[in-house]
Amino acid sequence: MALLEVDNLQTHFRSRDGINRAVDGVSFHVEARETVAIVGESGCGKSVTAMSILRLIPEPPGKIAGAIRFNGRDLLKCSDREMRDIRGNEISMIFQEPMTSLNPVLTVGRQIGETLRLHQGLSAQAAENRAVDMLNLVGIPEARRRVREYPHQLSGGMRQRVMIAIALACNPKLLIADEPTTALDVTIQAQILDLMRDLKRTVGAAIVIITHDLGVVAEVAERVIVMYAGRKVEEAEVGRLFRNPRHPYTQGLLGSMPKLGSSLTGVETRLQEIPGVVPSLKRKLEGCVFASRCAHATDLCTKVAPALEEKAPGHIAACHYALKDALAA
Amino acid sequence: MASASVLSPADVSAAKVAAAAPMGDIMPPVKARHGLWGFIYRNPTIAIGGGIVLLMVIMAVFAPLFWTVDPTALAPARRTREPSAEYWFGTDMLGRDVYSRVIYGARVSLIVGFSVAICASIIGLTIGLVSGFVRWADSIVMRVMDGMMSIPPILLAIALMALTRGSVQNVIIAITIAEVPRVSRLVRGVVLSLREQPYVDAAVAAGTRTPVIIWRHILPNTIAPMTVQATFICASAMITESILSFIGAGTPPIIPSWGNIMAEGRALWQVKPYIVFFPAVFLSITVLAVNMLGDGLRDTLDPRMAKRI
Amino acid sequence: MSTPILEVNDLKKHFPIHGGFFGGRTGYVYAVDGVSFSIAKGETLSLVGESGCGKSTVGKAILRLFPITGGSVNLDGTRIDDMPSGTLRPMRRRMQVVFQDPFSSLNPRMRVRDILAEPIRNFGLAKDAADIEKRVGDLMDRVRLPRDAVGRWPHEFSGGQRQRICIARALAADPDLIICDEAVSALDVSVKAQIVNLLQDLQKELGLAMLFISHDLAIVEHMTHRVAVMYLGKIVEVAPKRQLFAAPKHPYTEALLSAVPVPEPGAQRERIILTGDVPSPINPPKGCRFHTRCPYAFDRCSKEEPELRPTEEGHFAACHLHDRPASENPLAGARGAAVIAHH
Repeated sequence: MALLEVDNLQTHFRSRDGINRAVDGVSFHVEARETVAIVGESGCGKSVTAMSILRLIPEPPGKIAGAIRFNGRDLLKCSDREMRDIRGNEISMIFQEPMTSLNPVLTVGRQIGETLRLHQGLSAQAAENRAVDMLNLVGIPEARRRVREYPHQLSGGMRQRVMIAIALACNPKLLIADEPTTALDVTIQAQILDLMRDLKRTVGAAIVIITHDLGVVAEVAERVIVMYAGRKVEEAEVGRLFRNPRHPYTQGLLGSMPKLGSSLTGVETRLQEIPGVVPSLKRKLEGCVFASRCAHATDLCTKVAPALEEKAPGHIAACHYALKDALAA
Repeated sequence: MASASVLSPADVSAAKVAAAAPMGDIMPPVKARHGLWGFIYRNPTIAIGGGIVLLMVIMAVFAPLFWTVDPTALAPARRTREPSAEYWFGTDMLGRDVYSRVIYGARVSLIVGFSVAICASIIGLTIGLVSGFVRWADSIVMRVMDGMMSIPPILLAIALMALTRGSVQNVIIAITIAEVPRVSRLVRGVVLSLREQPYVDAAVAAGTRTPVIIWRHILPNTIAPMTVQATFICASAMITESILSFIGAGTPPIIPSWGNIMAEGRALWQVKPYIVFFPAVFLSITVLAVNMLGDGLRDTLDPRMAKRI
Repeated sequence: MSTPILEVNDLKKHFPIHGGFFGGRTGYVYAVDGVSFSIAKGETLSLVGESGCGKSTVGKAILRLFPITGGSVNLDGTRIDDMPSGTLRPMRRRMQVVFQDPFSSLNPRMRVRDILAEPIRNFGLAKDAADIEKRVGDLMDRVRLPRDAVGRWPHEFSGGQRQRICIARALAADPDLIICDEAVSALDVSVKAQIVNLLQDLQKELGLAMLFISHDLAIVEHMTHRVAVMYLGKIVEVAPKRQLFAAPKHPYTEALLSAVPVPEPGAQRERIILTGDVPSPINPPKGCRFHTRCPYAFDRCSKEEPELRPTEEGHFAACHLHDRPASENPLAGARGAAVIAHH
């Protein structure tokens, strides 16, 4: 049994001018100790998927349907009280903006200790000791002094380390990281990615990382889910996806990224463009969601929505025309 | 590296096409509402607040058509009558018809409210724009405004009224002066934040002169927050006017206003509460309606508020 | 050699910090502290660095969006930093700007037509109303937007389309130099590619010079002719693109290159992970500003500030390592390929 199984997740939002189908039928699973990346551009539903797993979607105007099984238990059927016991304890989350995600009037130590006292009933002293351990774990120097400091006394990179410390304090089985390095500078991003790779070995939590940056995906993920317009369009093991993308959208994304070191080859290339814009999710989309921007789209694509098919072992894509390996029967 | 030629348009026959299961909706469809009803449905606070304000305006303008009598006609024989079919809101100590006085009284409240809102907005906008753009003027103007703001507006208005004689015009001037500092502060804040907008930098780089930048890039973007502020000024001016009239420092007794009707009923409050009750209800409803209108306008006009789902 | 279109000499911008009870000056933010470079006609120079390094301040100082603290800025041989604003206005036509955020870069209360007509009118580039209309239409063609969209409001466009309008506005003045201040950073990957291609095409067609301010090294490498790397208000390295990416001569550049995540899973590369954070520009370190984070720092670095000196033709770096014998200089070889990835 997988640690997390998301089955046909639909998260819709009601607005004045229609229903926004932010996530529309997404299924995936995460094994214990595995790192899965969900990648896509803004508005593809990747963050909403993450928020839905923790039931952090305000209802109304939102509504979640489908099933989210964590250790076999459907989170959508849990009471609010049960969800509170799960959040921050068994599943925890890191957000993009480390400044606004930390409470400015509480010390770092209090914020780490709070989850421990809440979920594990630790005493104030034990919680602080554990907070110091956590700060050491995430590589913050002088942890004894830092636990007494307030978020504004820390730099952006330090704050993100504190966020990770809070998230890991209760030894969660699943860590959801929503664009954890997007707000950071590139040298700080490298530090945090390095830390996450380290922690993966030492802590052993499964990680779902939400990002728009394919570089980050390549650095940390084992398996990748590509989302577009609220659907999963491709999923594969990371090496396979980058070497041999099957869905035209994934191909377009990879082609539109300039590669570092491009000048060393001596060939001037032009970036591939994906023409057009993402379709509105407020209308019902007929056929393939990517058809309006796909260079290969035919009549079939605009009429019939392609199912997710296994195109190669462990490699699934939703495209009528994607090349299919001969699968062993 | 990724190559683009992994598509195989070769062997697609209808039989082999794998269609995804269609996804149903999990919530009932959103009904598209157009026209007036759509507007009311989407902006109930604007509709209700605006509707009541509009009703009050119609009532004030066409007061003679609303089954009123001369609000100043004295009738000592029919003093302090209870509300009845003949005198809907009863009569006061001098036998004047309270209903007619309340309806005519709306004129003063609305004129004062609207005039102060307009005058204070224009003056505040000018001062705010100047101090937002002229560095040396800013520190002087804002210190003066700070000084004025340290006096409660109502006290300032009373003090100003003490210098002149009571008339609607003087009431408007006094309340406007008392309201200007707050508006100037607001506009200055808006101007300072607008000045930092990249489109203003881009306009400077495009050779636009400062007066044109103020006129074309700053002013139009202060209108929305200004309109919202104006409604709140209007509401507060109506209350201030009533207070001034109530303590006898505002509208002269010859002109009925909600404040001075209440002032005249004050002595009989214990035995004839209706003389105070009706103008008070009208004042409350009008101020509430104007405030609702302002809240509604803020929600629709202020993009920062509107962005939150 | 002909006059460069832009020449910046020892540019300084210090922002005063006000504080205390009486609002007195309590210090300065040394945002830009002695920056020199030049851009030839038709050339793209990229200014790269992390947030707070002063790269955007350089752009705004050149545009004279605020007065500078010291140094000089020459536009096509004419000094512009001390010009009175009346004389400066016609010069402004020759340098235009595209900002990062396409949402706040367009006045929400102006239609696209008026946005594009503003620079045309200001600089008197059109004979009459019909000529303005024609020029506005041509600009829409140039940035590949439909001509009939000129009557629409900014909020009716997507982020990428708005950025096209911003580019069209910059082109409306018929400039020689465009300053792109993180112009593609806020856009989605696929849209970013569209805008990058558009900027490259326009540069070729119109022979524009460009100052491309960015933190994204992959985009910079794709776009630019030369690169200047900034750290804490100073340029630490300037070189033609290929030289810089093949053989970075400053430890900070090397670390930056190594820190960029590349979309190649399992790429074999040497990782240089800098420890600590960028020091505050209010109180920059003595000596070399990078010595607090530099993996190769030695005692001289904390005492003496290195100057920007040539290491080879056209390649300048500010690092004491180059005074050492090659055997003791970790940056002597071509390190670029090693830290980026093996190809």
